[in-house]
Amino acid sequence: MFNFFLLILIYSGIYALMALGQNVITGYGGMLSLTQAGFFAIGSYATAILSTRFGFSFWATLPVAALFSALCGLLIGLPTLRLKGDYLAIATLGFGEIVRNVLNNWDSLTRGPMGIQKIPMPKFFGFVINPYTKYAFLVMVIIFVAIAYFLFQRLARSRMGRALAAIREDEIAAEAMGINTTKYKVYAFILGAAVAGVAGSLQAVFTLSVTPGTYTFMVSVMVLCMVVLGGMGNFKASILGAFIIQLISYFPQLTGLTSVIPPQFKQILFGLILVVMMIWRPQGLLGREEIRYGNEEGGKS
Amino acid sequence: MGIAEFFQHLMNGLTLGGIYALIALGYTMVYGILKFINFAHGDVLMVGSYAGLFIYNALRGDSPLGPWVLIAFFLAMLASMAISAVLGMSIERVAYKPLRKATRLAPLLSAIGVSFILSNSAAWAFGTNSKKFHYPFDNTPFTFKGVVITPHQILILSVSVVMMIILKLFIDRTRMGKAMRATSLDQQTAMLMGINVDRVISLTFAIGSALAAVGGILIALDFKVYATMGTMTGLKAFVAAVVGGIGNITGAMVGGILLGILETFGVAVFGIPSGLKDTIAFGVLIIILLVKPAGLLGKDEKEKV
Repeated sequence: MFNFFLLILIYSGIYALMALGQNVITGYGGMLSLTQAGFFAIGSYATAILSTRFGFSFWATLPVAALFSALCGLLIGLPTLRLKGDYLAIATLGFGEIVRNVLNNWDSLTRGPMGIQKIPMPKFFGFVINPYTKYAFLVMVIIFVAIAYFLFQRLARSRMGRALAAIREDEIAAEAMGINTTKYKVYAFILGAAVAGVAGSLQAVFTLSVTPGTYTFMVSVMVLCMVVLGGMGNFKASILGAFIIQLISYFPQLTGLTSVIPPQFKQILFGLILVVMMIWRPQGLLGREEIRYGNEEGGKS
Repeated sequence: MGIAEFFQHLMNGLTLGGIYALIALGYTMVYGILKFINFAHGDVLMVGSYAGLFIYNALRGDSPLGPWVLIAFFLAMLASMAISAVLGMSIERVAYKPLRKATRLAPLLSAIGVSFILSNSAAWAFGTNSKKFHYPFDNTPFTFKGVVITPHQILILSVSVVMMIILKLFIDRTRMGKAMRATSLDQQTAMLMGINVDRVISLTFAIGSALAAVGGILIALDFKVYATMGTMTGLKAFVAAVVGGIGNITGAMVGGILLGILETFGVAVFGIPSGLKDTIAFGVLIIILLVKPAGLLGKDEKEKV
């Protein structure tokens, strides 16, 4: 039971990373991207392939996974981000499907639907971070989330954070103020992709195997749900949302009611959360984090 | 490529395109009026197909192929159109109407939620196995001047052409059609002119959903009925709507047929592996968005403040 709770916490952490990325894109930039699952998959496969085929250590695969995801974010972002937000949603949805299509069909590299097994466990100065014992792994995940949270929190208060907020509120006005809207939107997209890639790496070394079936559209919707539930534009809320959604999705196993609750229960609930939140509480549980500028604390920011 | 082979691919493309066009109409009509993508459209199609399948099976019973089975098929189609229309209107009322004044992101997110609820409820209620939709006629292909044609293809072409003509006449010639055009042009002014905008929006959803049900049933005859059938089909129909110029009704018809033909020829002539067939539509979307974002028949509109 306790062990199971640790598992939920680890998954909460992995998904929180993706949710943080989604929050930069959707919460700050106001763009609806539905492709976190695609970047997640790219990160996982980067780690899986590099460590099983080329003997890379986990730490060496991390930057590659992040960079490669970011590159894909750039590739998909450049053509679509110049357009209105609704197109972006569809284009990104299609991208996620294409990633899965490629993973399923490119047998020589990804081994198709069979996936890749026996991914080596990460080592830290000789200490093996064994996912089966969970504690060490949980600590690692928490450190990753903390770093990401800190970086994104700084980012939100930077020039880029302000630019993204301006774009979200009124793109035309932002452009008129001299903000290069395309540039900042692409940046946000790249960052969101990179952090999802890192989450993918962690997922790969946690389950020690990757199969294309893990990276469905459901994952993207789940991540979106986390951000919406917590509150768009609030990084703490994204982490909280990740935890709540993971708790919900493991609720049947946690309570031992798997035979009573149909497997579709959680997806239906996610859908309901999106609709209900939009109608009654669009700001999410915690609401947007207002950032104050100015000198009420003597210039301390 | 011989002339017969060319016409063979053209025929296959046209039938596929006819279905895309029917579904694309729903996206484009809603977009024209509410300026948002109805993500749940594909799932309305799925529900319509299930409804059609159940009613058809109930009406048909064990009767052998014959005129009654054909009548049962069309009755089932009409009933499923009605059911989908009601479903579409209810979705609009519950999930989109309260969000009309909200941010642009809100109805999109709500629509994704609705789509998820529908597809997973269907998987829960009807199981995850796909169900066969039996042809209401003997679907043995025949050859006409070297082109192999199935009766199913003729059904698709005739039904979609009839539906599109009716829709076009309705939009262009009737009072309600005029109200729809006015609403899509300028909602505020239309309201001032005494048009009941809420009713127009409801009607838009009803028509779009009914057409989706027809498209769904026509597809289901070839590809069975399953809970996630709406996702890919919906995605492609949306691409068709964008290709033709989203918001433009003629554009959706042209875009749908064009996409069907491109997809068929892409696999048959340009040798794109059929495993990547679904990627063609996506490539077309990216190219259109880059080259002519307003679509083939759409007007280039500058966003005004």
